[in-house]
Amino acid sequence: MEPTTNQLQEQFQQRIDLEQKIEPRDWMPEKYRQTLIRQISQHAHSEIIGMLPEGNWITRAPSLRRKAILLAKVQDEAGHGLYLYSAAETLGISRDEMYEQLHTGKAKYSSIFNYPTLSWADMGAIGWLVDGAAIMNQVPLCRTSFGPYARAMVRVCKEESFHQRQGFECLLQLSKGSEVQRQMCQDAINRWWWPSLMMFGPKDDESPNSKLSMQWKIKRFTNDELRQKFVDMIAEQIKVLNMVLPDPDLTWNETRKHYDYGAINWEEFKQVIQGNGPCNKERLEARKKAWADGAWVREAATAHAAKQANKKAGAEQYSTKETQ
Amino acid sequence: MRLYLQKNLYGDYGDGHAGGLEQGTKQDQEKQWPLWEVFIRSKQGLDHKHAGSLHAADATMALENARDVYTRRNEGMSIWVVESKYIHASDPDASAEFFEPANDKIYRHPSFYDLPDSLKHM
Repeated sequence: MEPTTNQLQEQFQQRIDLEQKIEPRDWMPEKYRQTLIRQISQHAHSEIIGMLPEGNWITRAPSLRRKAILLAKVQDEAGHGLYLYSAAETLGISRDEMYEQLHTGKAKYSSIFNYPTLSWADMGAIGWLVDGAAIMNQVPLCRTSFGPYARAMVRVCKEESFHQRQGFECLLQLSKGSEVQRQMCQDAINRWWWPSLMMFGPKDDESPNSKLSMQWKIKRFTNDELRQKFVDMIAEQIKVLNMVLPDPDLTWNETRKHYDYGAINWEEFKQVIQGNGPCNKERLEARKKAWADGAWVREAATAHAAKQANKKAGAEQYSTKETQ
Repeated sequence: MRLYLQKNLYGDYGDGHAGGLEQGTKQDQEKQWPLWEVFIRSKQGLDHKHAGSLHAADATMALENARDVYTRRNEGMSIWVVESKYIHASDPDASAEFFEPANDKIYRHPSFYDLPDSLKHM
């Protein structure tokens, strides 16, 4: 007798509770599949769009060393996007469909990449704060319940640590530099701090998808839990830089054993998500242009592959005749 | 030519109905590069292990892309790529029956044999 949907759902939840991974061809509730497609593709898009703000500084990096590091980092972001697109594809969505969703604005990407990179210090602040926040989110995802996503995240996390460390080192150097360099460093921190906090998503009581994602162990911690961990970490690390975070309410709370922090401007978050951030239009245009400009390369590669395959088939036919 | 794949694959393969997925993904072969699975030998003496998948127009490109995507930090010294559609796999829904024959043969394990403690080097 075929099991009913209810039974399948129950078995599915049991597997999750036993910490068994779900693999692409296992039965899964349609909502689980859709949630994962949304989350993984959004994550992949963020990696790809995330190359743009940093790409802005590759040609203007202050030294060959910094340039090589930045190139390697941006190349990693491309790699991370590719791992994640592959993981999403196992759920039955094609790469082209995902690109289309990105290009038409149907799919979102992390709001942080809609802010401009105004100075070289932004490369440091992005590495330290933005990648730092990303790592907070990503480390628990290495244990997420969907196998291909978890495996992709293990790869991503291995590489992400370099991103954060190079960012901090970049700021550390500026913080020990001239007065102008110190100002540049502080200014970058001021501009990236609040958007970094927004990267963890809406507050728990306003995050509608969270409950189910926790039940399915897609997520392991809530948005606010991760945000708090991040604040606690950065509030200590900034002391090494001798800089300050732009939050007058930031204080150690002895009873909570955590840092208290000021109110986040959720209206700004909403505006950026809705497409009204400083660079939304520019980012999407750059991405669409890259895709359109690359069309002839993709077509040429396909034509070349077909030609080579034909040649090979022809040669094989010929050599078979010869031996007969 | 249109090819209807039941599933794009990564880390799990197979024919037959895909879990929970009602309809297959339509892949326009003219436009989209085929999917390849990547296997990497991390060092001499070890097996090639599945690393992930990628799209490429042909095998040469698949190898080069695999190098750039999966071995940027010397993670491999040999790469295999195979078009995903050529991989056959056991059916996860039938895995209980499929692997059942091994379940009742505990005598295949060394711990099945109860031997005196005085017996050395065995």
